[in-house]
Amino acid sequence: MSSLLDHVMGRATDLALPISVHFDLTYRCNERCVHCYLDHEDHGELTTSEVKDVLDQLAAAGTLFLIFSGGELLLRNDFFELLEYARGLAFDVKLKTNAILIKEADAIRIRELGVRQVQVSIYSHRAEVHDAITKVAGSFDRSIAAIRFLKAQGLRVLIANVLMRQNVGDYPGVQALAAGLGAEFTLDPTITPKMDGDASVLSLRIPTTHLLQVFTDKSLIGESAVTPPPGAPDLEAMDDAPCSAGHAACYVSPYGDIFPCVQFPLPSGNLRRERFEDIWRHSKQLEEVRAIRLRDLPTCSVCSLQSNCTRCPGLAYMEGNMRGPSSADCEKSLMFEQARSICETN
Amino acid sequence: MTDLYIARGPRLAARVLASETVILKADDSGLYVLNEVGTLLWGAADGTTPLATIVERVICPQFDVDEASALQDATEFVRELGSHNILSVSDRPMTGPDTAPPAEEAAR
Repeated sequence: MSSLLDHVMGRATDLALPISVHFDLTYRCNERCVHCYLDHEDHGELTTSEVKDVLDQLAAAGTLFLIFSGGELLLRNDFFELLEYARGLAFDVKLKTNAILIKEADAIRIRELGVRQVQVSIYSHRAEVHDAITKVAGSFDRSIAAIRFLKAQGLRVLIANVLMRQNVGDYPGVQALAAGLGAEFTLDPTITPKMDGDASVLSLRIPTTHLLQVFTDKSLIGESAVTPPPGAPDLEAMDDAPCSAGHAACYVSPYGDIFPCVQFPLPSGNLRRERFEDIWRHSKQLEEVRAIRLRDLPTCSVCSLQSNCTRCPGLAYMEGNMRGPSSADCEKSLMFEQARSICETN
Repeated sequence: MTDLYIARGPRLAARVLASETVILKADDSGLYVLNEVGTLLWGAADGTTPLATIVERVICPQFDVDEASALQDATEFVRELGSHNILSVSDRPMTGPDTAPPAEEAAR
């Protein structure tokens, strides 16, 4: 499937189509996670009819992959109406949720509407650790109960485990929990600044020693996942775009703001003032993002760790320069290189 | 030959990109890309128009091919898609909610 997916993504990039869109339906949330980057106040969410109009515009623009997220999207009273509308437009829909509002009847409806995957955030296999991160007593039990409802309907569930200082040692337990529930598992050590620029949450990032431990954990990387050492910078790759943000993907906020990506909060237009197609085709901000090639990155284009790097231009932007390095990715690349050496030695 | 009817399968996502149709199955994440002919058949798969009519009215006018050969190829093609639950194939007309909406064509 991956080569066919590559073909589709390449085709979308060549045609400049926004094939993948992350749409946050609300920033309101019923949890208060310690690492969250959002402002949970409602500053004027798109109405039901406005969201439907945006979905019409996205379908016409060529969007196929649609992520509905938040905030907690089930806090919208019109959530199922919007989901049904999106499926009526033949989007491939994935949901990102904390799931604590999902009961059996909701799981049945989600299955009926043809959602392809539900991603649920679980921070620990220990209820007390999870609940301390969400700041909602009983949230662990409710999320796990919801996962069971979803799995009982045959739905694909992905447990997303964000790593931070509070739960760094718990991921093997979450991994085992996911296996026991028949869910997939993904681990993410990325903590991002708040959308208003407040970087205080970055103190929750796990120490580099733990990052190294994660990168050398055979239960996560597999026995044969040692990558070759970074080679000389690839001259052909210099003409590549850093990532799909703004090229074949973008983000829509609950207020109709368009960004290149959920992790790249560069205001590029607003759907209450302009049509999506006009923003996508003519936004100066998106044009600037699209013009950047790897050779335009003054530090990263000559970095010896370039071939191992998963540099995020959005994180770099949040650090002040979309053409600069992202310190979190620099750290990850360094640890990844050390992990490679360790795995080679063992 | 018995008339065949084709309808888009349920629980699918689809979008037309240029002349290709990208289809994704919710049940197993199976990804399919239909070529130009497949895209025409997909777009015409309303469950009520006989395949022979689709071939005559939609396929043959666009391609230099005789109708009998085109129908034979189309029959094999839709049966293949039917085996993957991308299309429902029946010898009777089909109606009902359990079919995917047509794939919207991306504006270019």
